[in-house]
Amino acid sequence: MKYRDEYRDPEAARRLADAIARTVTRPWTLMEVCGGQTHAIVRFGLDELLPKTVSLVHGPGCPVCVTPIEYVDKAIEIALSPGVIFCSFGDMLRVPGTSGDLLSAKSRGADIRIVYSPLDALAVGRAEPLREVVFFAVGFETTAPANAMAAYRAKRDGVGNFSMLVSHVLVPPAMRSILEAPDNRIQGFLAAGHVCTVMGYQEYEPIARKHRVPIVVTGFEPVDILEGVYLCVRQLETGGAEVENQYSRSVRRDGNRPAQQLMREVFRVIPRRWRGIGDIAESGLGLGEAYREFDAESRFGPVRAGSAEAGECISGLVLRGERKPLECPAFGVRCTPEHPLGVTMVSSEGACAAYYRYRGAGAGAGAGG
Amino acid sequence: MTDSDAFALSCPVPAGDGEIVQLAHGGGGRAMARLIDRIIRPAFADRELERRHDGAALDIAGPVAFTTDSYVVQPLIFPGGDIGSLAVNGTVNDLAMCGARPLYLSVGFILEEGLPIDLLRRVVGSMRAAATVAGVRLVTGDTKVVDRGKADGMFVSTAGIGRIVTATPVEPASVVPGDVVILSGDIGRHGIAVMAAREGFGFETSIESDCAPLADSVLALIEAGIMPHCLRDLTRGGLASAAVEIAETAGCAIALDEASILVCEEVTAACELLGLDPLHVANEGRFVAFVAPEDAEPAVAILRRHPVTAAAAIVGEVRSGPQGQVSCRGPFGVARAIDMLSGEQLPRIC
Repeated sequence: MKYRDEYRDPEAARRLADAIARTVTRPWTLMEVCGGQTHAIVRFGLDELLPKTVSLVHGPGCPVCVTPIEYVDKAIEIALSPGVIFCSFGDMLRVPGTSGDLLSAKSRGADIRIVYSPLDALAVGRAEPLREVVFFAVGFETTAPANAMAAYRAKRDGVGNFSMLVSHVLVPPAMRSILEAPDNRIQGFLAAGHVCTVMGYQEYEPIARKHRVPIVVTGFEPVDILEGVYLCVRQLETGGAEVENQYSRSVRRDGNRPAQQLMREVFRVIPRRWRGIGDIAESGLGLGEAYREFDAESRFGPVRAGSAEAGECISGLVLRGERKPLECPAFGVRCTPEHPLGVTMVSSEGACAAYYRYRGAGAGAGAGG
Repeated sequence: MTDSDAFALSCPVPAGDGEIVQLAHGGGGRAMARLIDRIIRPAFADRELERRHDGAALDIAGPVAFTTDSYVVQPLIFPGGDIGSLAVNGTVNDLAMCGARPLYLSVGFILEEGLPIDLLRRVVGSMRAAATVAGVRLVTGDTKVVDRGKADGMFVSTAGIGRIVTATPVEPASVVPGDVVILSGDIGRHGIAVMAAREGFGFETSIESDCAPLADSVLALIEAGIMPHCLRDLTRGGLASAAVEIAETAGCAIALDEASILVCEEVTAACELLGLDPLHVANEGRFVAFVAPEDAEPAVAILRRHPVTAAAAIVGEVRSGPQGQVSCRGPFGVARAIDMLSGEQLPRIC
């Protein structure tokens, strides 16, 4: 398959792994920001191809994982309201709220539909004019333009029964928050290629300068990731702290301008609480004033903060890169995808789910394996 | 498909019943008798059905395999098949996986009020066609009609009986370390075809379901003197679920090699787009065979002579442990753990 096979070529991977081994002279800790990269690393065993001194730490880039629990609770409440059709990406359905998830709300009678695009949700809105149709708009900058487009078209075409429960997050503030933590150990980043496809990478340049860290915009295939690691450790070994673009087949420095313009038209930057991480200033997107009528919170009441997480779950530490999934005593024992304690075990981009899926339930510390 | 079309032309809609299934069609009265007499019974044209009795009287010597399955696929018609061909092939394949020659099937229809009679006729026609190809007789059946909104068009349930033709049990418990794993063809076609056909799915493909009867290929192995230790058709949950179930039951480990598992380009692309692992995607015309090492190459050669198993290949081996674990060696030589699908499974694919 074109654009895939050449980036899974074992020979190219080996060459890069050798180049990394030749370059590295001391230990380095890198964070791959995106959950899609985490899955590729664990699935293909890329960490096992690296020298022991290069440590990959998994970042917060799983949109489902960082969606605050109170938004999941609100989604369930809206979905169970009479006459509502609640549309969501499939990933969100198993995310645990305070009590239960959207899937259990569905079995209790809520009309919940899995969509692959926010525009599909808008189409449901057009097809069902007598019902309130609500779309759960979550994600990073990657999904923001499509979600913005749904709101834009709803307004343009007067689809008055359509609204969105918005919990969008932004990557750069989260990276700054990680770097500013007192016990930070991240020395370089593999930035998320698809986020940068939309946003470009200019906004990472001040971060690299201020915190003296190399940031390599990286793709998602094994060869991409190994090349990203190589570029990152090469900078680290030579004292570099630049933004480099490994994913040049998709990413330009200024990104996708029309997409950014649409985001600016529809959304505004707001403070956001990240599940497992906490409040981060200017780290989220909410609907702008002109789109307020399409905000589900203005129709169904505001999301209320303050819901509690399961006590034993360390997903916050995992999302901040402070712990790895296999260091959790509950992994594979009391926490599995069927019975998750935390959201990192649920999402297809969650780090715990990646380890469970590709390393097995018995790989955890709790299983003694 | 050709067979069912030909059949459709010879079987007109019962006069006076209208174009859709009505509750009276399941009421046990004249309307039901007409529906069965005009649509269902002639399609299968079996002397047991012609006896119009409460059940079939069969004469089977020796050990038999007996299996049952229900079909709730949406949409009812998908590229490469429909709920009728699926219901026949699914049960035929379950019998074949028991090392049995499929002989007789029963069918239960649960029809939803409002179902177009044309659709029922098509489904019955493709059941007849599939049964003919598989060499099984459909000897008894039942029809019920439920209120509109209670059955998504129709549900079909089939049960089947086959004569066991192997000397030793063909089952997971017979799998031993050293056995070679043979996969009968490329994987993932049925799941992707059905997903792509489902309403609201955003892309088009030309992928057709692999829905097909597997008994001929299996019987060819057995007739050649190859006794598979275990056979398993890959349905929901795909190759991954089949391998994990067998590894757990047999108390062995199964090591698969990703490079030898065939996935066609379109299925690969669809899986990439949707974030699916082809190992988890459903099939309806593929199976794995566990055979002794010395039987592996001859078994592959025999399977390759049959169209539905023309791409058979060795994809792995059974090891003594760790018990119940399945792994898959990737392109960089690192093995990943394979588990059954967790969490969201796409609904109603068979």
